[in-house]
Amino acid sequence: MATKMKIKAGKSGGHDVLVLAKHPMETGLRKDAKTGEKVPEHFITTMKFSLNGEEFAQAHLGPGVSANPLVTTNLTSAKSGDTVSVSWVDNKGESDSAEATVS
Amino acid sequence: MKRRSFLKASVASSTLVAAASMGLLAPISVFAADWPEAAITANTVDDALNAAFGTSEMTDSDAITIQAPLQAENGAVVPVKITTTLPAEAIAVLAEKNPAPMVSLVQLGSAAGGVYSVRIKMGTTSPVHCVVQSGGKLYKATQEIKVTVGGCGG
Repeated sequence: MATKMKIKAGKSGGHDVLVLAKHPMETGLRKDAKTGEKVPEHFITTMKFSLNGEEFAQAHLGPGVSANPLVTTNLTSAKSGDTVSVSWVDNKGESDSAEATVS
Repeated sequence: MKRRSFLKASVASSTLVAAASMGLLAPISVFAADWPEAAITANTVDDALNAAFGTSEMTDSDAITIQAPLQAENGAVVPVKITTTLPAEAIAVLAEKNPAPMVSLVQLGSAAGGVYSVRIKMGTTSPVHCVVQSGGKLYKATQEIKVTVGGCGG
């Protein structure tokens, strides 16, 4: 479970915060090709975005989000040197986080 | 059958306990910390909106821009980007004909800009609604996305 974060200048102003999380995002509807049994659902439920420790966005995902979710949010007034962090948790209680500095 | 339902019930309650304890440990947040299960598992657009926002009344808005393909070759990965000039409190992405239309719901604080993008799965060709909550009201923009190979189940 690796999570990557990138911050770049947003096209419509501010800074875009891109998060790429490695996750299967199973819907619970897909069948295993070999056994024919349904693969249990396993997906990220909530991603929390913070700027200098203060939460600015909380994204709730469902099983309808593609595998290895790439989620973008935007910060209107982040300054150089600010710390942006993200943490996620899935429906099995697994979690991961990532951090980046605004350049 | 009884044993099965008992097991189901005990699993459900243990996840609830886990969720509750996590809520207690997490730092105080300006957002409702719970995953909006009712909204995300709802089977229709109206049910999902009612569960998430308490209303399904929406106004079409030019202030919401959707960047998404008109035709997606692979329904398993359909990039959708929403940009709005409205002061957004929340943005929701709904694929109308998915088994559970509400794919994602993001709550935005005052430091966040009106941009959200996510890659979604689509089972079939369907209108995709992007709903923005601003000032307690709902605004939406809709784009039909054609899917040639579905990405839900198999």
